[in-house]
Amino acid sequence: MGGAPSTDTAIIRRRVSRSQSQRGTEEPPLIKWTLIAIALAFSLVFLLLPLVNVFAQAFAKGWQAYWNSLTEPDSWAAIRLTLIVAAIAVPLNVMFGVAAAWAIAKFEFRWKSLLTTLIDLPFSVSPVVAGLMFVLMFGLQGYFGKWLEAHEIKIIFAVPGIVLATVFVTFPFVARELIPVMQAAGSEQEQAALTLGASGWRTFWHVTLPSVKWGLIYGIILCNARAMGEFGAVSVVSGHIIRQTETMPLRVQALYEGGSAVSGAAAFAVASLLALLALITLAIKTFLEWKQARDYARAQQLAMPTPESDSDTAFLARQNLR
Amino acid sequence: MSIELKNVTKKFGEVTAVNDVSFSVNEGELMALLGPSGGGKTTVLRMIAGLEMPTTGDVFIRGQRVNDLSVQERNIGFVFQNYALFKNMNAFKNIAFGLKIKKWKRPDVEARVMELLKLFDLEGLEKRYPHQLSGGQRQRVAIARALAPKPGVLLLDEPFGAVDAKIRQELREWLVTLHHELNVTTIFVTHDQEEAMEVSNRTVIFSRGNLEQIGTPREVYEQPANEFVARFIGVMIVLELHVSKGVARLNELEFPSHGLPDGERLRIGFRPYSVQISSDVKAYRYRAILRHTYFLGVMLRVELELPSGLLIRARMTKEEYAFQGLADGKDVSFQIRQYRVLAREGEKLAPEVAVTHDVPLTLGEGI
Ligand SMILES: Nc1ncnc2c1ncn2[C@@H]1O[C@H](COP(=O)(O)OP(=O)(O)OP(=O)(O)O)[C@@H](O)[C@H]1O
Ligand SMILES: [Mg+2]
Repeated sequence: MGGAPSTDTAIIRRRVSRSQSQRGTEEPPLIKWTLIAIALAFSLVFLLLPLVNVFAQAFAKGWQAYWNSLTEPDSWAAIRLTLIVAAIAVPLNVMFGVAAAWAIAKFEFRWKSLLTTLIDLPFSVSPVVAGLMFVLMFGLQGYFGKWLEAHEIKIIFAVPGIVLATVFVTFPFVARELIPVMQAAGSEQEQAALTLGASGWRTFWHVTLPSVKWGLIYGIILCNARAMGEFGAVSVVSGHIIRQTETMPLRVQALYEGGSAVSGAAAFAVASLLALLALITLAIKTFLEWKQARDYARAQQLAMPTPESDSDTAFLARQNLR
Repeated sequence: MSIELKNVTKKFGEVTAVNDVSFSVNEGELMALLGPSGGGKTTVLRMIAGLEMPTTGDVFIRGQRVNDLSVQERNIGFVFQNYALFKNMNAFKNIAFGLKIKKWKRPDVEARVMELLKLFDLEGLEKRYPHQLSGGQRQRVAIARALAPKPGVLLLDEPFGAVDAKIRQELREWLVTLHHELNVTTIFVTHDQEEAMEVSNRTVIFSRGNLEQIGTPREVYEQPANEFVARFIGVMIVLELHVSKGVARLNELEFPSHGLPDGERLRIGFRPYSVQISSDVKAYRYRAILRHTYFLGVMLRVELELPSGLLIRARMTKEEYAFQGLADGKDVSFQIRQYRVLAREGEKLAPEVAVTHDVPLTLGEGI
């Protein structure tokens, strides 16, 4: 879920190059249709069918059974926990992401490239390793284990551990989306606000944030999708305690391994929620990409000076009459 | 005195963008900062605005030292080169932004914005977002936004850089009219000498961070302080002469040696209109063939070929050309009425030398 992050500019570039290559290629129809058929068949078998299957299995025993398996206390607790974790992790990473993107896009400082690399770290580390890192730090045998135990603070095998692991794994999403957008926006609008007397804080809320609004929303939905769907890192730190530290993905696995037909269907019911989240995420993502491409096309149109001359000449003509 | 810079230097790391610059702008003046790319014009403007801090030196606005004042406190209007309109706000909100910051009352804001929309002929466009405006409209919104809170000083960075050539010319005249109506002290940046000459009361000329000259358009044109200014403002023909036997020569052309010993090189420069041409081949000391005539509008450019093959490009009015009965291929005579001895780089220029006598400098060596 979530997938590799793609920046807004990358999206635009992809769109543009796609339409150009269409015009450029003059492949024989046979090759073209064969390629299209292969691609379609592949996505049908490996992407669409499994997805449809999740829903089919979930509803195999009817609506009532579906509803029951979601509202059954153990699953319900898992759904609630997942929502809570996302509600903590996403805002944290939005704050961090905005701050980091701001720093990287608008300032020059010594450790800039190091910070940029660090932001990407969670993408290159296996989630299981990420989970283990936290166990090594905060687990009973970990560096802070003794101290935490003495103060009766429980992180590993408890909700705080799950939040930490989720924050780590979803760390890059917002920042990665915002950096190119902020860089593209430059800092002139902010400077203009300053010359008009606006404070830094006001400039941030009224100028900076609105100008990166879509990039931010995009980053948030990706971050959220990953936060709710994360399995590996959470699995390591969770301890799989039913109704306490079991998130939705963990619940799906537990139910599925339960083996019975009933628990199997229940597993698919919970899984269908995650699949639905994925679909919604995709829909919003597609909408945002479409919007971005449209804005980009508009901006391109404006870059051409032809249509503007008329109105400006009219303005000047009137000025001269005065 | 509205704005004053005293010994201002700005360094970006190793790069000295502005080097020990001092000048002042009078109340209500329309001043141009002129110079080639990278000369430090934008940096000077940004230091006045407070967007950049001088490394050393002081900036004064209306007698008050503003080095320690933040951008917000300086009460200046700044128009960025690319206008920097707020993309997420429509024209009305863009113009109203500064007023809301200053906590103007809502009806006052509305009245002021409407007044500006009218003045800038933007009525009916107040709901449009920047991407729905033409280049010229965007520029007007940007200037209106900067002027809305009634700043003491208006700073414009290459205001006409982003509009096409035809409109640029007319916008210049418009800026002059606007300045006349509002009478706010204005500094604008340009790298177009014609624009600076036409629009400004006075011009400050920069190159590579140094202030080369400050003066009225006429002063910098007629009395350039150094070779850079002389060559940057208007066209200047530069000849490199060789001194021998007390005379500086280039092919047939001869000039006094100006005290230089034999074997030295002497560089002189003159404006193309300083070349006086006559269809009477005996009128002046040098003879040439008029090779080609170019029409530049009011002025004509004529190319003279000397017997040695040396080409001189001169300028004259159409009337003069017609009066002399000139035409391509004609034999003519000419002289160079005024010229300057060009100093080495950075040195002050000597005043122009007028050629009064028209006799050969050396006897025995005829023309
Ligand atoms: N923020 C900066 N960091 C480093 N160097 C800078 C910075 N801003 C300007 N410079 C350097 O200072 C010098 C002057 O720049 P400035 O932008 O003032 O020139 P300019 O006269 O406005 O040129 P242009 O006509 O191209 O806009 C240039 O060499 C430029 O590279
Ligand atoms: Mg500049």
